[in-house]
Amino acid sequence: MTKTLVTGVIGSDTHIVGNRILSMALEKAGFKVVALGALTPAEDFIKAAIETNADAILVSSLYGQGELDCKGFRDLCVEAGLGEILLYVGGNLVVGKQPWPEVERRFLAMGFDRAFPPGTRTDEVIVSLTRDFAERERGLTRAEG
Amino acid sequence: MSAHALLIDFGSTYTKLRAVDLAARRVVGSGQGPSTVTTDVRIGMTLALADLERRLGGLPPFRHRLASSSAAGGLRMVTVGLVKELTAEAARRAALGAGAKLVGAYAYRLTRDDVAAIERAAPDILLLSGGTDGGNSEVIVANAAALADSALACPIIVAGNRNATDEVTDRLSRRGKTATVVENVMPEFGTLNIEPARAAIRQVFMDRIVHAKGIDQAHDMFDRVLMPTPAAVLEGARLIAAGTPAQPGLGTVLVIDVGGATTDVHSIGKGGPSRPDIVLYGLPEPYAKRTVEGDLGMRHNAGAIVEAAGADAIARDSGIPDNELDAALAPLLADVERLPRDACEHALDRALARAAIRLAVGRHAGTIETVYTATGPVSMQRGKDLSEVDVVIGTGGPVVHARDPASILSAALADPSEPASLRPRRPRMVIDSEYLLFAVGLLAEVEPDAALALGLDHMRDCATEAADGHFSAA
Repeated sequence: MTKTLVTGVIGSDTHIVGNRILSMALEKAGFKVVALGALTPAEDFIKAAIETNADAILVSSLYGQGELDCKGFRDLCVEAGLGEILLYVGGNLVVGKQPWPEVERRFLAMGFDRAFPPGTRTDEVIVSLTRDFAERERGLTRAEG
Repeated sequence: MSAHALLIDFGSTYTKLRAVDLAARRVVGSGQGPSTVTTDVRIGMTLALADLERRLGGLPPFRHRLASSSAAGGLRMVTVGLVKELTAEAARRAALGAGAKLVGAYAYRLTRDDVAAIERAAPDILLLSGGTDGGNSEVIVANAAALADSALACPIIVAGNRNATDEVTDRLSRRGKTATVVENVMPEFGTLNIEPARAAIRQVFMDRIVHAKGIDQAHDMFDRVLMPTPAAVLEGARLIAAGTPAQPGLGTVLVIDVGGATTDVHSIGKGGPSRPDIVLYGLPEPYAKRTVEGDLGMRHNAGAIVEAAGADAIARDSGIPDNELDAALAPLLADVERLPRDACEHALDRALARAAIRLAVGRHAGTIETVYTATGPVSMQRGKDLSEVDVVIGTGGPVVHARDPASILSAALADPSEPASLRPRRPRMVIDSEYLLFAVGLLAEVEPDAALALGLDHMRDCATEAADGHFSAA
């Protein structure tokens, strides 16, 4: 069964190129991609995921405000009945030079299943998605590592 | 003798006739009778025909006798979708574009109370949508099950996730409901596909509703009832805007129809962003779009207009002192058929019409806002940009019979105090002085060139000078 993914750049962020490359790679890998593009409010990811019965939401943020924009994202999903939908976030998530493990921890604590640092290859995302979907089918929330 | 067409509007108050000479492409006569749909539609039609015959000194043979109807409450519809701003909104637009009067619009899962409210509303047609193709099917199936168990007897048009349609129709037909399946109103996320649903609504209207409302008792007096009257007005506007292969139309058109109970606004045009750097946001807009403001009507909802516009604005615009406004309104609220009798009532009617138009066009038109991003300001547009609309057409008694229609229509124009609202800036303003738009829309079905010529000839220009008052354009 083809998995449906919602992608987009959250908040007042206009950086669309990386997100577009990711969306194209995901499509090529056989996923059905609902690309919301730049300047997408958090609520719109949720609305699109409901209507399309999406299996995962991939949030991009490149302008350093990601932490603010993504606050409460998992809560919104739970509120909308999407509950445990697979949530990824990636990009330049914070301003300044902060150690990645700390940034990752903060986003995982917010309810994202995975966070990806700048410079992540699209292949890496596809591998993670494939593994996480397989684990979910076995009843686990996400693959280890 | 040249060929003629008879165009009929079975309205809620009157049965109106327009006789058109197809070769000369002009109206040769009009007739009017009462609306008698609730008793016997033939009575009103016979009286209207007698009226027309008297004016013409005899009736010509008619090549076409086509009718629209808004009688017996109009085409009353309920729409159901999933997400309020997505499939639920797409379903609403399909129903409004088909000329329906919405008596309920629902999103997400129908509750017991929702189903009870739908039963009480007893719509003529229910439009059931939800989910993109391959998307969510759970909610539309649950809603179909709830409707299947209800006492609802009307036809149901299913325009949702195609993967769910088998289960949806099974559930409905197992409980004796009539279901028609058409393409999804939103097959892909963010794609609006309302024409198939619109066509299905019209087909059900012609096949069943015309009979259910008793209009076909007069079947020997006309050929066909083609559509609800608001749909005929929309089709008339579409023809006047787009033209035919033989003759160009007027470009982008905005029609404002101010009535006793509602104000309808129709826009024909793409309404896309005026510059490439503007980001379009939200659901795509239909080329031919109709909105209905159920709270803005000159009589049934005169109080609601005052509430929405603010009593002080109505008082200022009419010149009626604040403390006398309630007394001035009272006779209108007591008698919904009342025509203005003195200078004060004319002034009040003018202010009410201007407020209704200003609010209705404001809700129909798109908006533009500036969002400040890390890379600089970005303009975001929601809805249709109507700033370059070529022609604004006013129709409906309060505009057409006003002493100064231009000053009333100018309330539709862009207002410097609301720079975000994308309203028309410098349109030509005309009025449909002979109430012909519905006739143009009906005739467009069979003789589009004659219909277009008729429409273009009979739209009367009103002065385009910006009017007085604070609502007028820059």
